[in-house]
Formats: sequence, structure tokens, C-alpha cells
Amino acid sequence: MQKIILSGNEAVAEGAYIAGVGLGIGYPGTPSTEIIEVLEKKGGPECAWSINEKVAMEQAYGACVAGLRSLVTMKHVGVNVAADPLFTFAYMGINGGLVIVTADDPGMHSSQNEQDNRWYALHAKVPMLEPSNSQECLDYAALAFDLSERYDVPFFLRMVTRVCHSRSLVEIDTGKVYKRQARDYERNVSKFVTLPAHARARRVILEENLAKLSKDTEARAVNTMEITDQDVGIITSGASYNYVKEAFGDRYSVLKLGLVYPFDQEIIRDFARQVKKIYVVEELDPYLEFNVRAMGIECEGKKYISPFFELNQQVVATSLARAGLEPLEELDPAAKEPAPDVPVRPPILCAGCPHRAFFYLARREKATVVGDIGCYTLGAAPPLDGIDVSACMGGGYSIALGLSINPPEGKKIFGVVGDSTFYHSGITGAIDAIYNKRDIIPVVLDNRITAMTGHQQNPGTGQTMSGDATFMQEPERIFMAVGYDRVLEVNAFDLKGIRDAIREAKETQDRVALVIKSPCRLIKGVKKGPLMEVDTEVCSKCKSCLRLGCPAISLGDEEYPVIDPLSCTGCGVCEQLCKKEAIRVKDQEVSR
Amino acid sequence: MAQGTKRIMLAGVGGQGILLASRILSAGLIKAGYDVKSSEVHGMAQRGGSVVTQLSYGEKVYSPIVGAGAVDLLITLEKLEALRYVHFLKRNGTLLMNEREIPSLPILTGAVDYPKDIKERLSKYPISLYTIDADQEAEKLGNLRVMNVVLLGAMVKLAGLDDLVDWPSVVAESVKPAYREVNFKAFAAGAALV
Repeated sequence: MQKIILSGNEAVAEGAYIAGVGLGIGYPGTPSTEIIEVLEKKGGPECAWSINEKVAMEQAYGACVAGLRSLVTMKHVGVNVAADPLFTFAYMGINGGLVIVTADDPGMHSSQNEQDNRWYALHAKVPMLEPSNSQECLDYAALAFDLSERYDVPFFLRMVTRVCHSRSLVEIDTGKVYKRQARDYERNVSKFVTLPAHARARRVILEENLAKLSKDTEARAVNTMEITDQDVGIITSGASYNYVKEAFGDRYSVLKLGLVYPFDQEIIRDFARQVKKIYVVEELDPYLEFNVRAMGIECEGKKYISPFFELNQQVVATSLARAGLEPLEELDPAAKEPAPDVPVRPPILCAGCPHRAFFYLARREKATVVGDIGCYTLGAAPPLDGIDVSACMGGGYSIALGLSINPPEGKKIFGVVGDSTFYHSGITGAIDAIYNKRDIIPVVLDNRITAMTGHQQNPGTGQTMSGDATFMQEPERIFMAVGYDRVLEVNAFDLKGIRDAIREAKETQDRVALVIKSPCRLIKGVKKGPLMEVDTEVCSKCKSCLRLGCPAISLGDEEYPVIDPLSCTGCGVCEQLCKKEAIRVKDQEVSR
Repeated sequence: MAQGTKRIMLAGVGGQGILLASRILSAGLIKAGYDVKSSEVHGMAQRGGSVVTQLSYGEKVYSPIVGAGAVDLLITLEKLEALRYVHFLKRNGTLLMNEREIPSLPILTGAVDYPKDIKERLSKYPISLYTIDADQEAEKLGNLRVMNVVLLGAMVKLAGLDDLVDWPSVVAESVKPAYREVNFKAFAAGAALV
């Protein structure tokens, strides 16, 4: 055994690898993405990016029916997409072990909401393990496969950003050779075909299996009591356990639940007998508190601890100080408040981003735009200010369908999605638009990659996850196949071309779709254009170029704009924008 | 807050090389036998936004993150980020600030000005403030990208960790062979600045 430092995501991949997983699949989504990437690099199991979470979940289930151990990963909102099959898979049970990673994002570092997916366990009746550090990520991932097979149930592994993207030491046998675990396939119609009569029988079996699981010695071993005080006891799980230990050390007794569904009532009753007063410390919703109270055991939690955003040891210490608990250390901060008036530094579209010109023009042309989830959501930020509504994957088209029924100012609605999002769930909305004769203009900002999550392949890139050549989908062909009259395809850096396309789309009676195309500038091998510079002799200081919100352009001396040669990628959008022709290609002395 | 645990926080702008600096630091601390936990930011925040890494080390560490008012050593790769996160420091904590100024979007578009008085404002806090020009050192070495390792060298010295392990070998394990030499020099240059 060796001790190495791993992120939680890397550790889950290692755990699945050790468990002999046969398939690793998912849809990219922060903070879950690296799990499948790491597993794929290790070699051995079949690994793939699916087109969305539901398809990933169903493939994983199919592989498990075929006898393989299957791992499927997604971010918290991805579970919403995959929820339909999930609830039924719980009834059906498994053949090979099935482990579903839900990566939640308390504090919304990179998400549109902070839903607490522990409720999915209770709701879908899918057992859930919740690790608090990388060692537990590895151990629980492997354990989840064993328990899944032992009790004929799928298993959740619930992570949060601070577990996924935290790095800590792990004891691991790095020399372990991959050995695929597989069971034989047995046709079993009463189990795998969910006719109501079959489902009713499976419903009872599921309850029996959950009851047996909650008594399993190995499953219960992840629930641990540290009795160090007879007066105060804290019930906690996952990342919150770390904050409790940092805040209070061994001062109070702690019950740490590694298995958060089904509920280990025996250990909770045992804990309640050994301490006088119980507090529950958990991030987001009062999930544990709700369950402890339902057992008739008195406890307090959300009375003191915030039900929203992330916790940390200082928040836990300060919150429970109000209940009279004493932290190990008194906080002695350098300042009580953040420094005032610090200019914000929000994430922005990169210099040379192929999404910039479209949003700039959409605003100029006063288009009503429904956006979607990806880098291009940043098109909403000022000065681009190019999106009216944006909520979820695929919503870029489907929400636009609804808006078009009562269109603001009687205008056509532009629905905007990225390439990966188009395949994920954009296509369905594009077809609905034709079917129900909704007057929307579907737009694909096709940058040839799944960019925001760190450049994953998708059906439009012509490559599988492992880099094998495969059929390259093209949004243009799909639009034509489902009933659009014309597709206006424009280079993402062609300002005039995009403006003309927007105007034409607004005016024409034809059913048109727009595809705005150019690869993400961060893809390896994508060539830069010639460096731009501002000629101050010609510049009229109109500041139009600053409205692009390009990080390479700033206001310099005497109010003249300046182009930073280090960050400019030569996309040429500012050059086309400048009416005075003051922005032009720089005489290139230095090679780039 | 567990006794003896030290908390370090690095802040800067996406793309400045914070993750590498933090990973080299944790590799060294692990080599020296410490328990280490660190936390990184991925995803949307990386697109030119403010980026933070936190790292704690000690005999036994539970939490990979630190709240406001509890950081021992704050390193900022950019000046504005020093002002943004100075309240994360403990009283008498140490701030190591790189002199680099990177305007954020509201500054680029002229909506607000880049604050001119950052050092002056920081000097009013009950902290030890060190400022270095890591970009200039990196430029002298002919590779702007090693700015993060210049700061790492200074940080290791300030934290009193310079004799802990053979840092050049730790750096060597973390960078590609072709860049080892320049990173060694960057580390040494940083240590010599404080």
C-alpha cells in the first residue's frame, strides 16, 4: 500500500477500478467531470461520454443487466434529467453492481441551483453513501458495488464540490491490476420488465432488500460514533463532519453517518441514549434532522445552522456558539468585514471566444434571447448583456417555445444553445418548434467541443472520449432533417455575416435555424489570427470596442483603448467593429 | 481550527497557475510527513474570474477549506485579489502579494477604476505585508509562466518551510523535464526576495 494525494473525483475512479467496474459513463458537469476522465485514462473499463444524463443512466443500467459493474456520474441537476429511469431501476434491482455518482454543488460555484440530492435517495429508494474525504471516496465507491450486488439495489454515492475537488491522502495499492468483474446474464422477465403486476411484486422486494441492507454489518460500519462527552452529541455526515471536527475536535460526541439512506435507526437510538442533547450539523436541507425527528428523537439543527450555501468550520463554530457550544479556538480575524469597494472580477468569455460576436449583435439588434447552460451563459454578463432568460440544459429552445406564444413586443424569439447542449436536449425543442408551429429561431453556437467543463468530446466533434474517430454530427443536417427550410451557417467571427443572418431570420417567413461556427480558442492546435492594435491617430475614443467585453481590450492612457498583445488572439471582431478603422493588424516583429 | 494546523490560501486570476503552485506545495508538505488537505476551484469560475485555492497542513487535518478570519498565510498573485481576500487572514497573519495588476471587466470597460491605493489600504490591517514583483523575476528568467513558482519560493520561505524538504526535487517531480531548470531558478529567486 502507498499513500498518495488524490482529489475526491480521482479517488472514486480508483475505487471503481479496484472494484472491477466494466463501464464508466456520464455527462460532463462540474464538479463530477474528472471521475470518468480519470477512469478512462487508467485503461481497462469501457468509458464514454453519453449525450445526456438520462441516456447515460440507462446505458449504465443496461450494462448492469448484462452483468457488468457500472458507474454513472453526473452533477446534481443531471440527476433530474435521469430521474425517470432511476425511480424504476430501484424496483427492478440490478445484476452487476450499479453505482450512481451525484455531485452536488452547495454554494453554487458552477451551477444554477444548489438542490440537495440526498432527498433523491429517500424519494427514489436508492441507498446512498456519503464520503467526507478522498479515502472514503475510494473505499465507499468499492463498497457501493459490493452492497449493490448483495442487496439487489442501485447505489448512490453523494459527493459535494468540497469532496470532489478537495485533495487529501489516500492509502492505495497502486500496483493493483484491473480485473473486470462480471456476472452471467439471466433472462428474468418478472424482474426486468416492469409491467404493473411485476412492478407491484418488485416494490415489496425492494422494501425487503432495503430493510436487510440497513442491518448489514459492512454497510453499518461506515456509521461511526465517537463518544467523548455525555452531554452534547452532534449527528453529521459527509463534508459537514470535517467542519464539526475542526470546530470542536473531541469536545463533543459525534455520530458520523456514512450511509445516509436507508437510515441506520439502531445506531441513532444508541447515540441518543448516550448523550443528553443532540445537534444535527448538515449543509443545505434538514435531511438528517427530518429523519432523526421522524424517529421521535429530539434534536436541533437548522434552528442554528444556515439552510443555504456552503458551511465551513467557522460557520459551524459561530452558529453553534449561539446554542452554547464552545469551539476549540476563538476566531481572531484581521478584519470583521471584507474590504469595501473592491471591483468585482466575474468570470468572462475569453479573449477570442467565438460566442462573443453573436451576443454583442443580438443585443444591438434588440433580439429577445433565451440562453442555456455552458460558457455562453456568460453572454448574459455586461457589457454584452445578450440573454433574457436562461435556466437549464435544453431550455434554450424549449423555454423559447413558450415565450413565442406571447412574444414580448411581438418579436421572434431566439433560442440559443451550444453544440453539446444541442445534442443533450436541444434537438427535442427544435422538433417541437416545427411540430407545434412555434415561431422561434433556434441558434447553435457551435464551438466544436464541450468547453465549460474542460473540453470533452461530443457527438459533433467526430471523436469518442478515447479519441477514436466516429460519425461527426452536424446541427445543419439535423435541422434540415426535422423540417427547417434553411440553415444560415455563419463564421463566429464574421460580424457582418452574423448581423445579416439575425436580420434575415427575423424577417423571413421560412423556418430557419442559425449555426454560428468556430472552434473554441482553447482547443489545442486552433490557430490564432494576426495580432491587433489601436491606431491612436485615427481612434475617436468612441469606446465601441469596449462594449465587446473582451479581456484583451482595456481603456488606456488619455481614454484610448489598448489591446493587450499577450491575450489578443487575433479574432478580428474588434477590427470589423471599429467604424473609424482605427483597429488593425499590428506590424508583427515578434513571432507569436 | 484544530490546534497546530496551518492554513494557507492562494488567490489570483484564472490562468495564473495557482493550481500548480498549490500542488507543488502540498507535495512538499506530504513528503515532510504532514497531513494535507486542499481545495480547488474548477468550472465556470476559471474563465478569467477570481480563483482561490486553500490548503491546510498539520498532524491531523479534517477540513480542506477555511472561512474568513482564519488564514495564517495569504498569497495573492494579483493586487486586487489581495484586497478582495485580506479579511480571510487572522490577526497577525501574513500576506504575500504579487505586484501584478490585472484589470477585471468593469475596469477594462472603464466603469470603475483600478484602485490606486491598494498597498496603503492593506497597510492598515493588523497583518504582516510582503510585496514582490514575481512577474519581473519570471521575465528575467525568460519565462513569464514561472511567476507562480517565484511566488511559491517566497511563500515557502515566509512560512518557514524552506528547510523542510529538498524543494528542488519536489518541483522537479511536478513539472516537465524541459522546464525543470527554469522552475528551480524561479523558486530560488522567489526565496531570495523575502
